Order: sequence, then structure tokens, then C-alpha cells
Amino acid sequence: MSELPQYPPIDPTTFDLIVIGTGLPESVIAAAASTSGKTVLHLDPNPFYGSHFASLSIPEFNSFLNSNSAPPASQSCPETACPSDDPNLSIINLNCRSLYSDLEISSFSPTLLEECSRKFLLDLAGPRVLFCADKAIDLMLKSEASQYVEFKSIDASFIGDGDGALLAVPDSRAAIFKDKSLSLIQKNQLMRFLKLVEGHLRATAASVGTDVNQSEKGEERETASRISVEDLESPFVDFLTKMKLPAKIKSIVLYAIAMADRDQENKEISKQVLKTKDGVDRLALYQSSIGRFANASGPFIYPIYGQGELPQAFCRRAAVKGCIYVSSVEINPNLEFQSSGNYKGVKLASGQELFSNKLLLDPAFTKSSPTSSPDDSLCARFDFLTAQNVKSKVVKGICITKSSLKPDVPNLLVLYPPQSLYPEQSTTVRVLQIGGNSAICPMGMFVIYLSASCEDVAEGKKLLNRAMSALLSFPDCSESSSIASDENVSHPVGAEEGKPTLLWSALYAQELQTTGQSDCIASSPTPDGDLDYNSVFHATLELFQTMYPDTDLFPATNPSDEHSGENAES
Amino acid sequence: MHGRPRKPLKPVDEAAVAAKAEKLRALQSEFLSNHQNKIYSKEAVELSAKLLEINPELYTAWNYRKLAVQQNLAQCESDPESVNSILDEELKVVENALRQNFKSYGAWHHRKWVLEKGHSSMDKELGLLDKFQAMDARNFHAWNYRRFVAALMKRSDEDELEHTQNMIDKNLSNYSAWHNRSNFLSRNCSVLLSNLMKKAAPGFTSKDEVLTREYELVREALFTDEDDQSGWFYHLWLLDQTVRSEFPLLVSSWPVEGSDISLPAADYLDGCASMNVFHYSSRNFPLVLYFNQSVRGVNSSTVSVSCGFNLNIDLIWKPLSSTDSQSAKVWATHLAIPDAELHSSEAYQVEVKVGFSQGIVSTTGVAYSHPSQISFQLHLQKTPLESGQDSRFGRIQWKDDCFAVYEPGSAEPDLVNLLDNLTIKNEVESTASTWQARIIDDETNIFRDLLDCKIGKLTVARLLTAYNSLRPLDKPVHCKEVLELYSELMKLDPSHYQYYKDNHSLVLLQQVTSSKESLLSRCFHYRDSTLSTNGSPLCLRLNNLAISQLGSFEKLLWVQMLDLSNNELQSIEGLEALQLLSQLCLSNNKFRSFTALESLRYLKSLKVLDISQNEIGSHSIDTTRYLFRSPLSHSVGSCDWNINYLSSETYWEAFFVLKDMGLTQLDVAGNAITSKSFNVFLEKLLPTLKWLDGVEVN
Repeated sequence: MSELPQYPPIDPTTFDLIVIGTGLPESVIAAAASTSGKTVLHLDPNPFYGSHFASLSIPEFNSFLNSNSAPPASQSCPETACPSDDPNLSIINLNCRSLYSDLEISSFSPTLLEECSRKFLLDLAGPRVLFCADKAIDLMLKSEASQYVEFKSIDASFIGDGDGALLAVPDSRAAIFKDKSLSLIQKNQLMRFLKLVEGHLRATAASVGTDVNQSEKGEERETASRISVEDLESPFVDFLTKMKLPAKIKSIVLYAIAMADRDQENKEISKQVLKTKDGVDRLALYQSSIGRFANASGPFIYPIYGQGELPQAFCRRAAVKGCIYVSSVEINPNLEFQSSGNYKGVKLASGQELFSNKLLLDPAFTKSSPTSSPDDSLCARFDFLTAQNVKSKVVKGICITKSSLKPDVPNLLVLYPPQSLYPEQSTTVRVLQIGGNSAICPMGMFVIYLSASCEDVAEGKKLLNRAMSALLSFPDCSESSSIASDENVSHPVGAEEGKPTLLWSALYAQELQTTGQSDCIASSPTPDGDLDYNSVFHATLELFQTMYPDTDLFPATNPSDEHSGENAES
Repeated sequence: MHGRPRKPLKPVDEAAVAAKAEKLRALQSEFLSNHQNKIYSKEAVELSAKLLEINPELYTAWNYRKLAVQQNLAQCESDPESVNSILDEELKVVENALRQNFKSYGAWHHRKWVLEKGHSSMDKELGLLDKFQAMDARNFHAWNYRRFVAALMKRSDEDELEHTQNMIDKNLSNYSAWHNRSNFLSRNCSVLLSNLMKKAAPGFTSKDEVLTREYELVREALFTDEDDQSGWFYHLWLLDQTVRSEFPLLVSSWPVEGSDISLPAADYLDGCASMNVFHYSSRNFPLVLYFNQSVRGVNSSTVSVSCGFNLNIDLIWKPLSSTDSQSAKVWATHLAIPDAELHSSEAYQVEVKVGFSQGIVSTTGVAYSHPSQISFQLHLQKTPLESGQDSRFGRIQWKDDCFAVYEPGSAEPDLVNLLDNLTIKNEVESTASTWQARIIDDETNIFRDLLDCKIGKLTVARLLTAYNSLRPLDKPVHCKEVLELYSELMKLDPSHYQYYKDNHSLVLLQQVTSSKESLLSRCFHYRDSTLSTNGSPLCLRLNNLAISQLGSFEKLLWVQMLDLSNNELQSIEGLEALQLLSQLCLSNNKFRSFTALESLRYLKSLKVLDISQNEIGSHSIDTTRYLFRSPLSHSVGSCDWNINYLSSETYWEAFFVLKDMGLTQLDVAGNAITSKSFNVFLEKLLPTLKWLDGVEVN
């Protein structure tokens, strides 16, 4: 079938679950299924763990995105129409489609990067951090995957403006007190608002009866401080207006604390208007993240050695529980169905047939064009596997510099709320700088991740370029060996005072896709446009529950789990 | 350490505790026998260390260690190395004990003791403190010790100030850090002040710069979290630092500058019943000096009194204070005019010079350096005898229909003049207060943004009050606003009602006494059928004002007859300044005991007193008594504590306050204490009494 060396056949050939792709959702489900006693085969066509959540060296990154950015049509295998040997079996051919497009890499200092290109671990799914109190952390503790990962604290977060100024996000009482940019009355307004939310949450917790200690104190005042149901259902931005918060504070709360993605003020443009109850939940997550771990200074942490450590940790967990791993597998699987239409198994490129009750697929796999399918009704059931004409995308950027955006602050987050860079900006640009102390690049160097959601890639790239020019200085273009240059955006020539100089950058677009499922076959979600893993984990857990409705997710084994997690923070 | 709920012991723990106690008892008895037998062997000392690690509260063990160290040191004086190792061992024991109980007084004290022997280094001690303060940032033991170390090692105030700043940055709710800050600053302020007086060294930050910076800091804290009280106290302290005048100044006096005083001529001296303003029935009349703060050193050498006649004797100035026999805000003396010296036709100029020679010093040690002079005239006046001979002993009735509104102009032009000059004009004060006024003005404008919460209201009220206090000569501004703010606070925060009420009262009195017009509107002639209009006394009526505290005494030194009935007073502290007072009505207030009326002891001219309808005696435990040394040690003077004539010891408070008073009329009805035996007691105590509860005394 091909010239590739033949792999030894996989044995056994029958499993409860076959998982293809080692992205975070696939890895969590593989670990969860193995933990609950299922036999699991975990395959990955790549030679590394993590799929779309991997952290890669510069050469790996280049080759992964380049190979995956190619137009999907050229990938289609000629064998897809291959008829089944067994007339009782129907076959659907799958293609590996690319989630990425519009890759654009510029290198301004090839020799410097040449020397250490393998010392980088670039996150495909960046910029991404974890809230100390989010579900991902809880799940890692519960599954004991946390023992394989260590974290660094994100030292500070800032709100940026078009001029490159960075203002610390006043996210706690101490930060508000120290803040130099807010007026006295703004400090008061912001703090009062945070207290209002805190009071509401306490009152809610007290009424649920989960938080006995808190409710004992000043219960009278707390019951009065509940936010009304009406307000909770209204848009968060309207609630902030109702609380008479000035524009500046609203912007801080919406985009730097509640981490809203799209412009909340312009409801016609924005499709995702945050409701007050969700906004309050996000504030709660933020607040409870501060101080959860003694050695994390703020609400965010980042895994040492990059985001790719997270899927790997779950894979290790799965392996401990008996999951079988095979990587670098030439897959292009064909799905085999019984004549009844029930899924039976997959056929690998090698020709080996593997059978399982259930199948979980990397989001890159799509069904071939409908004409090649023998059974239209069968095909219709797996429409979710058809390459959707995905409208929403996220544009990502990765920059490498030799100095930090803020002196003495290696790991930091910068948020550009809508309209902060230019009036038409409709989505938040998120910027995450990670320094060499997180072991993702040589010491003294910094990797800066950027992202913005968009409908149109050109628009998204313009946004990122603006943010990059606000933060970084671009070396003289004549020295650069730019592979692809963007004519629309003119970069200032020569290094600017104080701004880090760009050494290397990559811009690319990624499609956003959610989970899909039918009977025994499921497709896992792509990395989303969020800063954190909450939505990804939420979707993954839902997927697991629908796949195995009667199975507990990582049932608690011993109560000392919490400690292992805290030790992991160092 | 703060806000952490205490967990009840688990049953498993109880068994462990019992075992621990058993072990401890054994150790303890062994230790005590060592101690008694003065055994300071290595093993014995180690035993005490073991004991202290378990129970750092054992003071005896700490003392034992001190004895052991002393003995061991004496044995190896020549060898610095072994001295070091002995003291190091002590520091180690303390550290272990503190790990067991961070709040052990004995352990901290022992450490200080070791340090005082010149051991350990600042870095080491501060490092240790940083560790402890990271665990509990507000712990006052650690802060106390920090101050001790910083003082001992002469760490610079700037460094320590920065440390407090860092602690506040971490958590602004840190009372200890704010307090420590005020400690350094008050020391700095006095340094700054002395520098200012030496024509400030150039480049040295001036007091207003320091205060401005501190206001900015605490403002950030108050605006950030208006509910956190740690900053409130600091703001209050700053405000006090801002308004408090460092220089002692004379605020007001009696007689008032430029006034005319009429004295009865010798012939009429005894028969005269006139109680008109500025007419004295006695030729022994008081001089009163009212300062802006407590001072000492007022005597005949620092205050010179010269008049057209010979006084013969040195005047004796007495401080009007019950707590301090050396210093007071108000000083008084009595000028006795010798009969032979005065001629009825002449007016005599009297000059009182204060502070022309050194000696008057504030309690903080700042010398009185602004000499002032008060001149007034004395007249002799022949007043015709009243027709009603006994009118002097006629009963005063504090009824509304006995009072007629005072009509100024005709009879006593003096009063009007006098009320214009109640306050002494101090030039120094008005120029020095410009920067304070600016600071307070700015601060007020900023805090007006916070008027929708409790601390905002309170702070604005305090600031406006402080602003007025800086300008004693000008009419107070914003009184109405301040009164409204306090009224709102009383409703908003009922648990601190009394505090707001007291402040409200002070401002109200300030408002009432602020102008001639408002004072005159509260002046009444007392008219009684037994008295002619000519002799009718003038009464200041501050009744029915719902005040709970008295103030503005400096404006009331001239008052002879005062009606404070129907208020909510619990104390008359400060009233002793009113040396001319001869009739006083305190009925229908909330006095709970005679000790609350202690100021009466200083009112030697008081003849008529009404304390009826109060709560005297209804509270078996007199809370004010705690401010008071025990009755036996108290300066009851040449106490003729004669049990024989006291019907009961239970009246000792009344005895203490009322004895030596020349009261002719007393009303005590309507108090819990009143009884037949009490009346008998009073009649014995006050032989001059003519009327008791409206009944003529035989």
C-alpha cells in the first residue's frame, strides 16, 4: 500500500475503546476510560504526544504546521474507495484534514535561532494558562495526573493600550490599593463591585448550605447582598452599567477578569454576550484562584516544559492503568461497519483491522467526499465528521525575543480589550509571555503567544500585528529573511527604545470545532479560543459522560490527593 | 492567625493530651527541684530547654535560664567563644519556644534579655521576624520585638517606614503596620518640628510634606476598602497631627481683654445681692487663663499681674484638673482686693502678662513662646441695697416663666462688648495654620466623593470640624452640614450612637457659642417675684438641646448662671473652667453618679445647684469610678472622713464631691439615691444650705 516500513501488527486487536490522537481531550478520556477498567488503544500519527495541544521545538513546529496547512484536497488518499473484502461490511474512508491555515513565519535572526532551535517548546494551543481554581486543576488532582506536571506562576497581568503602555490589572484588594492608574473613586467603585459579587457568592453558597463557616458571619447583611435573578439573566455589561461603573472599570472587569472574548458593548456585532451569572462565575473563579496555592502569586499558573505536558500527563496516567500506546502510526483509518450499520472497527493504513466498541477521533479527521460512500444513510449519521465550513477561527501568533516586555517579570499576561488597539477591534487580543524559567526556551529568551478570535483571517492577523507593534520593535526589514511578508502592515524600522526586539515570529489561523458524536463514534474538540482550559475540560467531561453514562470519572481513591497537587506547585 | 476558626479537639487528641500532660508534670517537678537546689549543670539546663519547648509559658523556667546564663557567663568571662555559644543556645531555645507558641510573652522577653547583652545581629533578628511575620503579619509581639530590635540596632526610620509600607502593600488591613508607621512619624514629626524652629535645615522634608504623603497613602487604603477599619484609625491620628498645635497658646481668659469690672464698694459689700453681669458680690474675684492644651509652670513668676494698687502677696495659680496636679488646660487664681486700697471714684487698670518670662511649657515639652497681655478695668460701684433683705436667700426656680429674653443695648453694654472679645487673637496661630487648612481643605474635597458610606460621612464631618478648629477666630463654617452628617450616622450605625451623639453635641455647642448673636439669643434674665428687675441675674440657657457632651468652655468663662437641664449629659467634665458659676441647673439629664459631677469641686462660687431628675445611684456599678483612684487613696485632702457624722459609707461619692462647697440651695429629688437619710446626710455635709429640694432648711 505504501513504501513506509511495515509496523509490527498491534496485538490484541479488540478493545473497548480506540482513541486516535493524543490531544488533551483524547488523553483525558483515554485515562478516564482506562482508570475505569476499559481496555483502551491510544494511537497517534505524530511522533510526539499532544496533537493540537503539543509543545514543539521550532523545526517540529514548522514541519507540523506546514504539513498540516496543506490544502486538504491533496491529502485524500486514492485508496479511499477501496471496496471491502467482506460484503457484510460497509466502509467510510477518513481523511486527515488540516485545522491550520495561513501560516506565516518570519525569522529575523536565523543564526541565533539555528543554534538553539531545539531548545524551544512552542505551544500549538497557546496562549493558554490555568486558573489555580479551575476544573482542569481539580481533575488533574483527582486523576493523579498532577504528579507528572510542575507549574510556574504567571507573575502579573496587564491591560495594554495601542501605545504599548501596560497597566497592571487591579484584580485584588492589594492590587487595587497599590494601583497608580486608577483614581480614588475608581478604586472605590471597583472594590465595591468586587465585594458585591463576593457577597452574592457567599449568600448563594450559604443558601445552598455548602459553606457553613462563611454563612455564620453576618448573615443578615449577606442575604441582602444577593444579586437579583433578573440581573443575573441580563447581559453582564448591562449589570456593570447599572452598578454605575465607569468605562475603564467595566473594561477591566469584562476583559481582564471575566476574560470576555468579544466586544460586549456592541451587542449587534457580538454574538457571545456574557450573562451576569456567567460573569459572576468567572469573577468567582478568578478570585478563588488567587491564593489557592501558596507559591502562586496570582490566579494563573503555566506548566513547566509547556502546555504539551498536560496531555502527556494524562497519557502517562492512562498507560499506568493499562492503556496501550502506539505513536507515529500511518493511520488514514477506514471505518468499518456491519451491515446493520453498527460500527465495528477501524482499518489502519497498514491494513490491520482493529475492533472496538467505541471510537474517539482527533478533530482533524473528516469523512471523505460523500460520493465515495457506499451507503448514504450511513453517511448522513456521521455528518459531524464532514469538514464543516467553519466560520469562526482563532488567529495565533508566536514571537521570540531576547528581553522581557516588563523588566524582571518573566511570565506575564497582557490583554487588549476590544477597541483598545483601534476602533474596529471587536475581539480581545490575549498575549502571554513565558520566560526561560519555565524551561520552554533558553534562559534569557522569551516566547510571546498571541491570539484573537475572528471571522476573517486577514482581520485577525491585522489585530495581532497591531498588538505586536505596540509591544515589540521589529528589526530592520533588510536584514530579515522573511518568508512571507505582510504588505498591509508597515512595521517601524529599527529597534525602539525599551521594547523587546522580535527575533522570530509565526502567525497562523486555527479552526474552531466542537465535539461531535454519533452512536459509538465521537470526535473530540479542537483547542478553543479561550485563555484557559475550562471550556475544553467541560466539553471533554460531557463527551465522556455521553460515551460512558454509567461510569464515574476518576473515582476518588484516597483523600491525600490534594497534597500531591500542592507539592506539584514549585 | 486571624479569622481562623478554632477546631474542637478530637477524642483521639484528648488521650494524647493526657499523655503529654503526664510527661510535662514529670519534667516540671524535676525542673523545680533543680531550680530550688540551684543546679545549673548542663543536663539540668537542657531539661529546662526541653520543658520550655513544650510549654513556653513557664516563666519560672525562663528565669531559671537567666540565672543559669548569668552563672555560666561569670565562669567564662574571658572566653568570647564560650560566651557566644551560651547566648546562641538561649536564642535557639527561644526560637523553638516561639515555634510552639508565637505569642509567648516569656519567650519574647527572654530574647530581648539576651539581645540586651549585646548578642545576635540585626540581620539575623530581622530575618527571624520576617519568617514570623509571614505567618502572621499583624502579630503585635513580633511588631513590638521589631521596634525593640530596630531601636537597639539603630536601624534607620526610613528603612522601618519602608518595611511598614511593604507590609501594608501586601495587606492593607494591618493595624500593627499602620500603628508602627504612626510611631515613627510622631517621632519624626517632633524632630521635624524642632528643626523647623531652628529655621529648618535646607533639604529636610517639612512636616506638611510628610503629612501630605501620609494622607495620600491612607486615602488609597480608605478608598480601596472603605470597610476596613485599620486605615480609619491612622487617618484619625493624622488629622490629630495636622490640627494639633505644637505651640501652647492662650485661647481665652477671664476677665476678657478690655472689659470693665464693677466691684461693690466696701460699705455695701455684705448687703449687696446683685448678681448682675460683671458685678461682684465679693471682692475676691477669679482670674482664669484658658490654654489650647495642657501646660505646666503657670505661677506668679511666669504670669505677672500689675494693677494700680498694691496686691501685697503673690498670687497662687491652681491647675483646674482632677487628674494632674502639675498641669492643666485651665489655670485660675483669685484676686483679693484689699479694702483700703480702692477709692470708689477711680477706675483701676489691671494688666495680666502671660509668658513674658520663660517657664510655661506644654506637656510635650514645647515652651510657651507667644507672650500675651490682658488688660481690664476695675470699678467700685455703690449699689443701693435691695428692698427685699432676704432676697439673697430666695429660692431660684428653674422654670421657663421665670426667664425673660435678654434685651441687649440698654442695661449692660458691657456684655455685648465682651462677647465680641471672647477669644484671644493669636497671630502665630493664624499664619501657621495656612498649610494645615490647605491640607484639610483638599482632603475634604476628596472625601466628599465617599459621602455615600459610613467612613466617608464620618471623615468629612471630622475634617470640617478640624478645619474650624484651625480658625478659632472665625465663625465656624459648615456646622449645619456636620450636624446633619452626625445625625445621619446616628441612624445609619446605631451601635456607635453615643460616639456620634457626643460629637454632634460638641459641634452644636460650637455653633451656639460661635457668635455674639447666637449667644445673646440664649441669654435670659432671671425674674423672680422676690427680686427687682435691677438685680435680676443673667442666665445662659443651654437647655433642651439634647446634648450628651459639653464643650466650647473657652467661650463660656463669663457665665454665672447656667441652665443645662433637659439634655442627655452623663458628665460635666470641663465645666470647672467656669469659675464664676454660681447657679447651675443640671436637672433631667443622665448623670449616673456623683463622680460624674466631680468638676463641681472646683467651682468655689457655686451657690445654687439642681441635679434633680437624674439617674444618680441607679447603677450599682459606677463605671466612671474606674477612672478614679480608690476612695481612700484619692486626694480627699485633709480628709475628715468622719464616720460619725456620715450616716453611711455609701454616700462617700457625694461626700467627696460636695464637701467644702458653700451651697445654699440644692435639688436632688428624682434620683435613685434620694432618701430621707441621704437628705439628713446632705444637711450635715452642707451647713450653709438654706433650701433642699424646695424645702427650707432650719
